[in-house]
Amino acid sequence: MATHPHSEQLAPVAAQNAVAVEVRDAARHYAMGATLVRALDGVSLTIAAREFVCLLGSSGSGKSTLLNIIAGLDRPTAGQVTIFGRELAGMASQELARYRRETVGIVFQSFNLIPTMSVEENVELPLRFAEVERAERSGRTRLALDRVRLSHRVSHRPSELSGGEQQRVAIARALVNRPSLLLADEPTGNLDSRTGEEIMNLLREFNRELGMTVVMVTHERSLADRFADRMLFLADGKLVPERSERSG
Amino acid sequence: MKTRDAVELAGRNLRESVLRNSLTTTGIAVGVASLVAMLSLGVGLQQLANRRLTRSGLFNTVFVFRQQRDRGPGGRRGMRGDSDAAQPSSPQTPQQPPRLVDEAARQEIAQLPGVAEVYPDIRFQGELRAGDRAQITTLGSLPPSARDNDAFETLKGSYFSAPAAGEVILRREFAELLADKPESLIGQNVTLRYAEREPMKPGQTTEEYDAGTVGFGFSVVPRERTLKVVGIVDEEPFGGFRGNSDALIPTALAEDLHAAQPAGLREIVGGGSGREQYTSLVVRVSSPSGVQKVEDGIKQKGFGTFSLLDATKSLRRFFTILDLFLGIFGSLALAVASLGIVNTLVMAILERRREIGIMKAIGASDTDVRRLFFAEAGAMGFCGGALGVALGWMIGRIINAGTNLYLRNHQLPSEQIWSVPWWLVGGAIVFALVVSLVSGLYPAARAARLDPVQALRYD
Ligand SMILES: Nc1ncnc2c1ncn2[C@@H]1O[C@H](COP(=O)(O)OP(=O)(O)OP(=O)(O)O)[C@@H](O)[C@H]1O
Ligand SMILES: [Mg+2]
Repeated sequence: MATHPHSEQLAPVAAQNAVAVEVRDAARHYAMGATLVRALDGVSLTIAAREFVCLLGSSGSGKSTLLNIIAGLDRPTAGQVTIFGRELAGMASQELARYRRETVGIVFQSFNLIPTMSVEENVELPLRFAEVERAERSGRTRLALDRVRLSHRVSHRPSELSGGEQQRVAIARALVNRPSLLLADEPTGNLDSRTGEEIMNLLREFNRELGMTVVMVTHERSLADRFADRMLFLADGKLVPERSERSG
Repeated sequence: MKTRDAVELAGRNLRESVLRNSLTTTGIAVGVASLVAMLSLGVGLQQLANRRLTRSGLFNTVFVFRQQRDRGPGGRRGMRGDSDAAQPSSPQTPQQPPRLVDEAARQEIAQLPGVAEVYPDIRFQGELRAGDRAQITTLGSLPPSARDNDAFETLKGSYFSAPAAGEVILRREFAELLADKPESLIGQNVTLRYAEREPMKPGQTTEEYDAGTVGFGFSVVPRERTLKVVGIVDEEPFGGFRGNSDALIPTALAEDLHAAQPAGLREIVGGGSGREQYTSLVVRVSSPSGVQKVEDGIKQKGFGTFSLLDATKSLRRFFTILDLFLGIFGSLALAVASLGIVNTLVMAILERRREIGIMKAIGASDTDVRRLFFAEAGAMGFCGGALGVALGWMIGRIINAGTNLYLRNHQLPSEQIWSVPWWLVGGAIVFALVVSLVSGLYPAARAARLDPVQALRYD
């Protein structure tokens, strides 16, 4: 299995046998009039199962684009993405939706909770799309909210919660379908450092205790240093060694 | 996503922007109401016309009599006894031999589908005496069902109290001959003198009959019967179409009297069977549109028939066209309302762009999103439809009340000119639902197409 030289260099100490994510020569181009914007430009990487990987890079370097492609929300212009052995390019939109609700949990910087729904309803929503039986739903919702220690705020609306609490609701929502891959796009970006740390602790907890593979985008090098098994650096749509990321 | 969840989510979305959605729903309701009001007016008018025709008793009746075989091509061509005058299309080639119009025939015809009632048309001569005045006249007979005939709308007194009551209803003209003030006769007894037909029993009469050379015979005996006058009518029932009679008695009573009738003579000369025969039978058909079928069925059995051409046929065509036009005008409002749905849902997509992106990110498929918007359109359509039917019903009540007020002011009997049948209630709601779903097609497709990455990109 040929992996990108940079990721080889930054490989984690703990060797993992199963491959969770494999991206090969992925590109995502946007045509803006006459110019071509290369949001991603030939990225290859491999992430092992149960690994906690942080994606770093300056603004506009293509981090979100890469994460969305792994999440099956976006399709690459070229290249292949294989998640737990399944190639995403071959999937029809219906299958891709199924992949998103069964395999992936997503957390965003801006929480992205539905404002008109209560905490409980927000967390339950993915179960509706997954057509989980009604009787089972409330139990699983409670369990997910227990995990993020929010069982006491179930009937509140998101606007009545603090930022950290909202992000915990979003994490519970990402967890409720028991995904094997947790993707987070700057989950601490809108939070103060203490609350951000709480969130990071939660993510690590899931990574360690539930065996979830975590891919997280962040700006904050210090957080990545403390929590990640491995760091990947992006600049101008390409994976780069750490040094060039710092200079850019 | 399961339909129940889609409906539940749609319901909560509709509640979230309650003003806008209830305005849209009201728009549909007004559209449906105008449709319902228009169509129920059409249906009501049609029922009114049908009711009048049915009550005239002319268009739902088939007369049955013995077929006359001895008639050549240039033979008698009257109204009675000549079915071809009324039905020139049916050829005069009966497969069956002519049948006797007797009790067996009556039972048989009563079994035909679409037949409501069969009764003999009994008509005989008699003398009626009230006090010192007496008049000879023709008596007719009517069954209880004839009470609905429009001639009895202006009946003074009452109709027969029982199917075989010893009662008589007189025509005003005739009653005037018996009393100076016809109304004074009501409740009085009159005496009827008539000829009763008594079948001969062997050994009772002539040698020829006893010897068996003539199979059958009867004697005629004068009889008297006291009848109570219960009513006075101005017009002849059935427009006098069945023949004139000045006094009417219940059919069952007339059968009981065994009065001698012209047909009785034919039985003797024609080598009768010994069973009593009727001059003619009156077949009442359940609806005017069924007359043709029933008449054909009776003809097949070998009887002569007569009916008026189905006058309701052209009436029905007229009302179908009227309903169509009323429906089109009614639908215009609904078409406008459906644009309201499109507008509301497109607005909702713009507003809920981010929400749609979130739903897709957490696993909603395009189909789920489409279903959600469909459910919203459908819910608005259903509520609007139900509300509209209620509204249309109320409008109809008001039109009805207004018309009747007008009729009353002009000393006319009130009429139900408006009617909401169940098919219209159900149909209007289903129609509103379908229109809404069609209106939801475009917004739903647009929502489903939304790119989640773009939708989530900006805060
Ligand atoms: N729809 C689009 N059309 C044109 N260009 C786009 C589009 N989406 C993204 N881009 C461009 O692709 C590049 C990468 O964007 P991306 O959102 O992945 O960056 P990022 O690393 O997540 O940045 P940030 O840290 O600010 O979130 C940017 O230069 C952006 O302008
Ligand atoms: Mg980003």
